[in-house]
Amino acid sequence: MKIVVLAKQTFDTEAKITLDSQEKINREGVNLIMNPYDEFAVEEALRVKEKHGGKVTVVSLGEAKAQDILRQALAMGADKAVHIVVDELEETDEYTTATILAKALSGIEYDLILAGWRAIDDGSAQVAGRVAEILGLPMVNMVIKLEVETGKAVASREIEGGYEVLEVPLPAVVTAQKGLNEPRYPTMKGIMQAKKKPMQKLTLADLSLATQEVAPKVRARKYFLPTPRVQGKIITGEPAEAAATLVRLLREEAKVI
Amino acid sequence: MAGGIWVYAENQNGKFKKVTFEMLGAGRQLADQLGEELCAVVIGHGVGELAATLGEYGADKVYVVDSPELARYTTDGYMLALSKLAREHQPAVIFLGYTVQGRDLAAHVAQRLGTGLCTDCTGVNIEDGQIVFTRPIYAGKAFVEAVFAEARPVMATIRPNALPAAEFQPGRKAQVIESSATFGAGDIRQVVREIVCQASGRPELTEADIIVSGGRGMKSAENFKILEELADVLGAAVGASRAAVDAGYVPHSMQVGQTGKTVSPQLYIACGISGAIQHLAGMSSSKVIVAINKDPEANIFKVADYGIVGDLFEIVPLLTQEFKKLLGKK
Ligand SMILES: Cc1cc2nc3c(=O)[nH]c(=O)nc-3n(C[C@H](O)[C@H](O)[C@H](O)COP(=O)(O)OP(=O)(O)OC[C@H]3O[C@@H](n4cnc5c(N)ncnc54)[C@H](O)[C@@H]3O)c2cc1C
Repeated sequence: MKIVVLAKQTFDTEAKITLDSQEKINREGVNLIMNPYDEFAVEEALRVKEKHGGKVTVVSLGEAKAQDILRQALAMGADKAVHIVVDELEETDEYTTATILAKALSGIEYDLILAGWRAIDDGSAQVAGRVAEILGLPMVNMVIKLEVETGKAVASREIEGGYEVLEVPLPAVVTAQKGLNEPRYPTMKGIMQAKKKPMQKLTLADLSLATQEVAPKVRARKYFLPTPRVQGKIITGEPAEAAATLVRLLREEAKVI
Repeated sequence: MAGGIWVYAENQNGKFKKVTFEMLGAGRQLADQLGEELCAVVIGHGVGELAATLGEYGADKVYVVDSPELARYTTDGYMLALSKLAREHQPAVIFLGYTVQGRDLAAHVAQRLGTGLCTDCTGVNIEDGQIVFTRPIYAGKAFVEAVFAEARPVMATIRPNALPAAEFQPGRKAQVIESSATFGAGDIRQVVREIVCQASGRPELTEADIIVSGGRGMKSAENFKILEELADVLGAAVGASRAAVDAGYVPHSMQVGQTGKTVSPQLYIACGISGAIQHLAGMSSSKVIVAINKDPEANIFKVADYGIVGDLFEIVPLLTQEFKKLLGKK
């Protein structure tokens, strides 16, 4: 079973977001991590491999630093990493990202492509779907249980108010939702071995993609920070009295009941 | 006049998702300003009767794609139906809800149509003749305003509960246009084997007006009963922090936060939740936040509009009693 995982480096979940002098998101001094949903995807790929044999290739598009998450995936047990290095692209959108990833994938063999269902930075939840569309593959989104058999996958995916079980032929694209598994931590041995595993670096030129082919369809015009919430009233008094006051304020002052 | 402003009217069990009416509200304004028609699209099987409601919420035209193959949602089936319709009628704008179905469908259709997609939008405006979308990034810790280059149609998914719903005008009629969809073998590759509903009878978290949420402070799965009792009095949904999910008190589908659901209710009542940044990320756009926590230093109080410092096991049942009195329930 040849499995490809798409993974992205994102800001740490604790990161405080500020704007820089150009009114763009300030990237200075922010801790970077593997997108949490992509960790589930890497873990699932390793589990499928452990059961069926095969190879796991992790692919990431990003700046030079993105190699850290590829190393992490290799240390977890992936076999190979492909890093599409793209510092030069100043504006991207999901169309851009998907076009580049799909092009890189066209040079790789796969039976299954796994990805996180969304990245926690832009929350866009569309790159995997676009990649599936470009490659002509069926997709199952937000999967919480996956079983791979010869030529097909049976996946349970989260829907509002429950879940549904779908069957799709392979190759297919599957995105991971929390609940799919518990990602393992890299072991010391894994980290040592990762250093010897192949990490391929590619540029847009290597993929023969011209800048205009990856021009974004949507452009960011302005970034801003939300107005911070301010602390409201602390209601004091005996519990019964406080509860009564709160209910009254929610009706009369906040008008939400 | 171009092909109109389209709203994908997502229906489940014969009812539209609430975000459908919110999109019709935003769509109506755009349609009026741009001199376009407001069109709704209904896809499914046996859904023709639903069309009338959409007229009453402002749609001028309703496209209905009805086919037995579309009885259940599949990515391929719905993607083919919606992209075919869009190719035929060339809409200027397509809105879908940022729901499980809407975002799956939107990504595929956008790629099929070779256009962009703004996801999870909380604002839609026209500025300098262009449609400007506002959407949260970094789980609401920042926002971006985005515009489309030349790509058409302009596509966006809209966050539920973020925009005001369209006005209901009983008896208002839309022109209904029936459209067909035929599928060849292998067109729909996802086979639905089973749908399991774990329906609680309570509203969906992402569309609920009121959410009662519990954290590690709930201490056990059984204790969530006191939140459910409060929720039932208020017609609210029940949510949870990741700590409560990880401790196994409730399923992940109830998690609110950066790696859970993003919610924007009118009222969010956080019980025994410390207010970690990842939790705030999922609920800080709530209109009114109430916190009940025994630790006066808890972070949640920094964002709460109203707070009670105390033991939730004492306070929550008292609140339930008070709301019952107020709402005249037994
Ligand atoms: C990658 C990543 C993603 C994450 N994503 C999410 C997410 O999506 N959602 C999320 O919620 N968290 C998320 N977290 C976890 C987050 O950092 C916190 O650990 C979590 O939110 C804490 O949950 P809690 O507030 O319920 O628990 P705690 O922090 O343990 O707080 C429990 C609170 O209950 C109070 N309490 C206890 N007993 C009582 C009582 N009897 N009466 C009143 N108050 C009481 C305590 O004073 C305390 O404030 C994420 C973390 C990481 C690293």
